[in-house]
Amino acid sequence: MTTLPPDVAAPRETPLGAPIVEFVLRLGDDRLVLGHRLSEWCGHAPVLEEDIALANVALDLIGQGAAMLALAGKLEGRGRDEDALAYLRDEREFRNCLLVEQPNGDFAVTIVRQFLFDAWSVLYLDALARCPHAELAALAARALKEDTYHLRHSSQWMLRLGDGTPESHERAQRALDALWRFTGELFEADAVDAAVAKQGIAVDREAIRARWNDIVSDVARRATLTPPDEPHMASGGRTGRHSEHLGHLLAEMQIVARSHPGAGW
Amino acid sequence: MDQKPQAVAEDPAKLAEFQARIDRGESIEPKDWMPERYRRQLTRMMSQHAHSEVVGMLPEGNWITRAPSLRRKMSLIAKVQDEAGHGLYIYCGAETLGVDRADLIDQLLDGRAKYSSIFNYPTLSWADMGVIGWLVDGAAIVNQTVLAKASYGPYARAMIRICKEENFHKRQGYEIVATLANGTPAQKAMVQDAVNRWWWPSLMMFGPSDTDSPNSAELLRWKVKHKTNDELRQRFVNLTVPQAAAVDLTLPDPDLRYDEATKNWEFGAIDWAEFHEVIRGNGPCNRERLEARRAAHENGRWVRDAAAAYAAKHGAASATNAA
Amino acid sequence: MTNDRPPSTDTQGPLWEVFTQEEQGAPHRHAGSVHAADAEQALQNARDVYARRGEAISLWVVPADAIVASTPGDAGPFFDPGNDKAYRHPQFYKVPRGVRGL
Repeated sequence: MTTLPPDVAAPRETPLGAPIVEFVLRLGDDRLVLGHRLSEWCGHAPVLEEDIALANVALDLIGQGAAMLALAGKLEGRGRDEDALAYLRDEREFRNCLLVEQPNGDFAVTIVRQFLFDAWSVLYLDALARCPHAELAALAARALKEDTYHLRHSSQWMLRLGDGTPESHERAQRALDALWRFTGELFEADAVDAAVAKQGIAVDREAIRARWNDIVSDVARRATLTPPDEPHMASGGRTGRHSEHLGHLLAEMQIVARSHPGAGW
Repeated sequence: MDQKPQAVAEDPAKLAEFQARIDRGESIEPKDWMPERYRRQLTRMMSQHAHSEVVGMLPEGNWITRAPSLRRKMSLIAKVQDEAGHGLYIYCGAETLGVDRADLIDQLLDGRAKYSSIFNYPTLSWADMGVIGWLVDGAAIVNQTVLAKASYGPYARAMIRICKEENFHKRQGYEIVATLANGTPAQKAMVQDAVNRWWWPSLMMFGPSDTDSPNSAELLRWKVKHKTNDELRQRFVNLTVPQAAAVDLTLPDPDLRYDEATKNWEFGAIDWAEFHEVIRGNGPCNRERLEARRAAHENGRWVRDAAAAYAAKHGAASATNAA
Repeated sequence: MTNDRPPSTDTQGPLWEVFTQEEQGAPHRHAGSVHAADAEQALQNARDVYARRGEAISLWVVPADAIVASTPGDAGPFFDPGNDKAYRHPQFYKVPRGVRGL
């Protein structure tokens, strides 16, 4: 429930909070924002069956996001629940990676974005599911099952779009070219990661990067697509420096909740 | 759509046997003999019903991205998703009558087929999500519970599955309504406004009055329907009036009163002129709704083509290629 | 209304029949249909459409046109002869009073 009075909400420019809180917020925000993006497809997908499939993925991701934000709020200990975190933070306070906030574009952009994320997510969650933080590990293990299916779904579409018609191939390649620069951020590690690693929550980014590269090159090859040679990687989401897209997403997402401070829904 | 009886000469003996099967309460299955007119009426009804589910995703989809809590957001996505599923089940049911989904969708998009007029009204506040679940799904459930006994087997089976799944739709709607009705003054005003806007269109969902319903008699005789439009409308009003009172909301009808003799809530005159205007395509959102469906269809064409091309290239082998 | 225009130029993909198994050891039962371009997609669509409430632990998808079915015209010769073969049912046979385990 978004019952928190606005004056308790965090100030605009937040310094990074406790490392574990930051770490879990990053996880939760990725899923909330990507789930929200997918939910924009509801009623507009290419075929009825896919409308239902995309809604399933959106529901999984928003559910994961809600559970992770609830955990972040609990670890933070300032009385913010998942709704307070989702609806009463500004864009500078969001910690999701840039990839997930990119607009849906055409179906190829949506699928490529999903595939690049899924391939990373299953590896990342697999590592987290074995971490010593019991609550986090349990959330990761549950999410891993869901994301394993998401990866199957997005990989299969990668094949069909890449190796379908000349038009679908061109659209898929264009999407891959456009989104590739947001993948570097997935493997970055900063002070937050170093700090939680001391608590045993250590994810070996380089190992994940290598395995991610294997998955992505294998699917790309079967889809007759070519990952671009991208010299510049974008970054900043993890510390709240987002692309311009996130603000609009949040404005829409938060409008009703913020128009009625203190109301229950 | 053409609704004139076709001059198809049916074999009188077969026709009598068919009616006898219906009268015995038997279920008609796809490969059974059926009068051409029955086939056409069923196709019309089922495709309209499927179109309504699919177009019905749009007014509620309009609020998914603005749902004010994560729990509400997930419930709403799941509900709109169910509507896609229900459209899908009913299209598949209609396909057993020998039509193709691609043709049915073409009929919707080029304006030949109709869908429920309720979805041509705009959703203007979050409270509409509650009121649609409560009133619109409530009305649909009254209709569908009866259709679950329809004489055509595939239609009845789709309806049974749909009724089972829709149980949560009305409850989630009423929960939103009750929360807002007990909320801040602004929330209460929001939900009363939504009730005022959706009440009469919900009553129109049951279709024209029996005296003005061209298809009713035939559909009743064939047991596609089991109750008349007016009987179902009355049942809905009787169910809904106490539910409104329980959360202290008023229904916008000064003539609403309880009749001790009939045990019915009598209601005022429905504005059938408005109903027919909306059916004719002149409701507030008819054009937007069809435009949104056309855009989704056109933007999705290259995707469907890609899937077909991939399947043609890789054939049956793709089944074992699963990632 | 359905046959006054040429067929659609669009494709929704072929139709597949979906069978779901609800629990271990139970038979697969017909749940409904989906459209899909190929088998893998049909399986995924069946999962997303017919197992989204946890109704299934196993799925079959079969191309609808691969199903061979009896027709209503067959009904008499196919099924009536089975109705009067009482000796196929255990109740047909008498067992001496008091004997158990049969």
